[in-house]
Amino acid sequence: MAAQQFDVVVVGTGPGGYVAAIRCAQLGLSVATVEDDRPGGVCLNWGCIPTKALLRNAEVVGLFNRAKEFGITVGEWKADYAQAVQRSRRVADRMAKGVEFLFRKNKITLFLGRGTLKGARVVEVAGKDGTATLEAKRAVILATGSEPRSLPGVTIDEKRIVSSTGAVTNEGRPGSLIVIGAGAVGIEFADVFAAYGASVTVLEALPRVLPIEDEEVSTQIARLFSRRDITIRTGVKVKGVTPVREGVSVEVEAEGKIETLKADQVLMAVGRAARTRGLGLETLGVATEHGFVTVSATMETSVKGVYSIGDMAGHQLLAHKAMAEGVVAAEAIAGQSPRPVDYGNVPSCTYCHPQVASIGLTEAAARAGGREIAVGKFPFTASGKAVAQGETEGFVKVVADKATGEILGVHIVGPEATELIHEFAVGRTLEATLDEFVHTMHAHPTLSEAAFEATLAALGHPIHI
Amino acid sequence: MITKVFMPKLSDAMETGKVIKWLKKEGDAVKGGDLIAEIETDKANVELEAFGAGVLRKIVIGEGGQVPVGDLIGVIADPAEDISSVAAAPAKPAAPPAAASAPAPGPKPGPASAPAPQPAAAAPAGPLPAMESYQSVPATAEVVPMAPAAAAPAAPAGGRVKASPLARKIAGQTGVDLRVVQGTGPGGRIIRRDVEAAPAAPRPAVVPAGAPQPAGAPRPTAVPARPQFVIPPRAEAEFEDVPMSPMRAAIAKRMPMSKAPVPHFYVTSEVAMDGAWSLREGLNALEGQPKISVTDLVIKAVALALLKNSGINAQLNGQAIRVHHRAHIGIAVALDQGLITPVLRDCDIKPLGRIAVESRDLADRARGGKLRAQEMTGATFSISNLGMYDVEEFSAIINPPEGAILAVGSVLQKPVVEDGEIRVGRRMKMTISCDHRVMDGAMGARFLQDVKRLLEEPLRLLV
Repeated sequence: MAAQQFDVVVVGTGPGGYVAAIRCAQLGLSVATVEDDRPGGVCLNWGCIPTKALLRNAEVVGLFNRAKEFGITVGEWKADYAQAVQRSRRVADRMAKGVEFLFRKNKITLFLGRGTLKGARVVEVAGKDGTATLEAKRAVILATGSEPRSLPGVTIDEKRIVSSTGAVTNEGRPGSLIVIGAGAVGIEFADVFAAYGASVTVLEALPRVLPIEDEEVSTQIARLFSRRDITIRTGVKVKGVTPVREGVSVEVEAEGKIETLKADQVLMAVGRAARTRGLGLETLGVATEHGFVTVSATMETSVKGVYSIGDMAGHQLLAHKAMAEGVVAAEAIAGQSPRPVDYGNVPSCTYCHPQVASIGLTEAAARAGGREIAVGKFPFTASGKAVAQGETEGFVKVVADKATGEILGVHIVGPEATELIHEFAVGRTLEATLDEFVHTMHAHPTLSEAAFEATLAALGHPIHI
Repeated sequence: MITKVFMPKLSDAMETGKVIKWLKKEGDAVKGGDLIAEIETDKANVELEAFGAGVLRKIVIGEGGQVPVGDLIGVIADPAEDISSVAAAPAKPAAPPAAASAPAPGPKPGPASAPAPQPAAAAPAGPLPAMESYQSVPATAEVVPMAPAAAAPAAPAGGRVKASPLARKIAGQTGVDLRVVQGTGPGGRIIRRDVEAAPAAPRPAVVPAGAPQPAGAPRPTAVPARPQFVIPPRAEAEFEDVPMSPMRAAIAKRMPMSKAPVPHFYVTSEVAMDGAWSLREGLNALEGQPKISVTDLVIKAVALALLKNSGINAQLNGQAIRVHHRAHIGIAVALDQGLITPVLRDCDIKPLGRIAVESRDLADRARGGKLRAQEMTGATFSISNLGMYDVEEFSAIINPPEGAILAVGSVLQKPVVEDGEIRVGRRMKMTISCDHRVMDGAMGARFLQDVKRLLEEPLRLLV
């Protein structure tokens, strides 16, 4: 069969790929997309979106547990985990259908099947119903994402030893769960399963949970999780994970001693690796580094006309970073000169309860940079809105350059932290300084006032503490 | 009554000033118009006049202190008055550089005057206070709306500088002039990296001339195997980095602000100077009369022609063209360390003799660093005469925010053809540089024609 021609062929339709495809179409290019799973990628189907649905369930369960605090008497109630998973599947399906709708709306052709690069401009799609050859007149965008990693010698069976993919689809809730890895994924699942009554232990090799976050954030989350009877063990090395009768046995080394922990299930949340196998990168000579594809500021790989975006291209493995890269790649291919992605200004969000969000440098990193800094911190206990809401755990912490008031980093633990962070994201894009924040009225009462007060605190004169 | 003394803005380019000397001591009585201090700007030393009466109660910035324009440097008040609130409070922060020349459709107080709104200081005795004279634009100017077709200049001279808050702060701390920084942010906005990439203000750190290597590190001397051409060791360094004088730095900063954003065009014309020459010789032969220079004749001719050609006596003012109704002429004076353009005011109504006296006085005091503040700003047009350097013709760079400048060459004797015969005549070439955003070629040509006619019929300069 003759090759079908498009201006651009996008391989992978996760948040990077589908955004790139839509942006290309908006710029008048004809676009084909290739997907071997479901449109929307891991994010919509197995990651961000369904987990947010589960976390919302966990939050509602939490509210039911606190009903008395609000003067509400609840009769007998039951939180059915299977139904939570079913709800999350409906949410994911709806969002994935949304992507298909956007493809139709933008006249983007979707090819279901596995894409392989056969040349710099040729993608072969092996689908259920045979193969198709796509020829890209302008460029190929690779956006095949990432997949969960495991530890050496540990095989993920998605039953007893699960990855995030298994965890988000299994309708059965384990009675006890060991989460290996206390990054965003591990912490979020620990939150969900703990809310649904599982006995959860989180193991982290590094000295603290959410190790990329500011140290105060880690401390706060560890404290709050411990209060919810989640066992947090940091500085623990996992030596082996073995399925045994009625569960899994995990051998760990902590403070020089070997011990064996047992649970019904183990969740491997030790990170993700670029998903590039079988894509044809090696034959084409696309350069990679530590498994991630090397790209230019316009997302072009070492092979001209081949672009790579999203998780497979390194940096932060985050959907929003992938989307931003997708736009840059599309605009570069269309002949525009897009502003490169600012990897120093990527918000990082963990949707546990309370939420965690941050942007920029941690206090320690800012200090290590050698600049004199000013730190302003405002606790939600002093926020009228937070108290009214009954969500007073956490704080907003602003790290600024002392001389200029430049916002170097912001770290939030607390209600709607993942929404609050964007005030600072915009501010940093505009190069606003502390002065601009403190001269911006923040409505009262709002959670955002805590952000405002933290900038005041960085200048040394908060009003409400 | 308390009168705060602020670091005045003595030129458009001035951002900071240094108190060289206080001419009054704390406790000295001061009346309006008294010279109270000497201030060093980037261009010259000027004497600061008081514009409030009382006693110099407090010197906030001592001699040698350098502060941004608009900072409090002293307090004048009645002897009994409590000045603690004023003297203790920090001075109003200096306005960002952009605000200094921000265009406004109409009079707008500059930052130097903004912080001094004391009602009683409104009518000072004696001469006009330094800080007000340079902004007395409204009386002399009218604002003509610009034709829409000519609107939206890429970078209006003195227009708002688009810069991020952080870029402004860093620029303020490092002395980078945002007006000369090329922005790379959205829509040409100046962002942090642009400021960081820009050359900072001149720093005193300089490699001193001297021994090329420390004494303790002699070069290993190898014995040459065979005779060869030996360059004797040369004691002097291969080069030296001479620090920019404040004036040179100001010129270096200011000229690209003109040449880059202002689209210059040039019109040259040759003037028969025979009549003017003999008139000048005649005038200079008179006893007790001030000596008239060729520049003086040109100043007078230009002043008269400017009033007739008001389109040349104009400058871009934001989205409008400001047309001046007075001829205040800046006269470029060459100095060892650069040049300065003192302003001779009201040349259109001053008789030639007065122009001669005042221009000489201005030039002398410019060379001596003794210009007053009001003598350095407010020109509506400038003249640069390099005639004394045997220059036939040249073109000058417009001194913003002015709209044009006339470059004058030597009066040369050369063969001229008149009535079909060759004879020796005196000729002078002049070239006007015009801001094409404000005026067009034919306007420049008509103006030159008028200047030429006035110089060729020089008696017109006397009536």
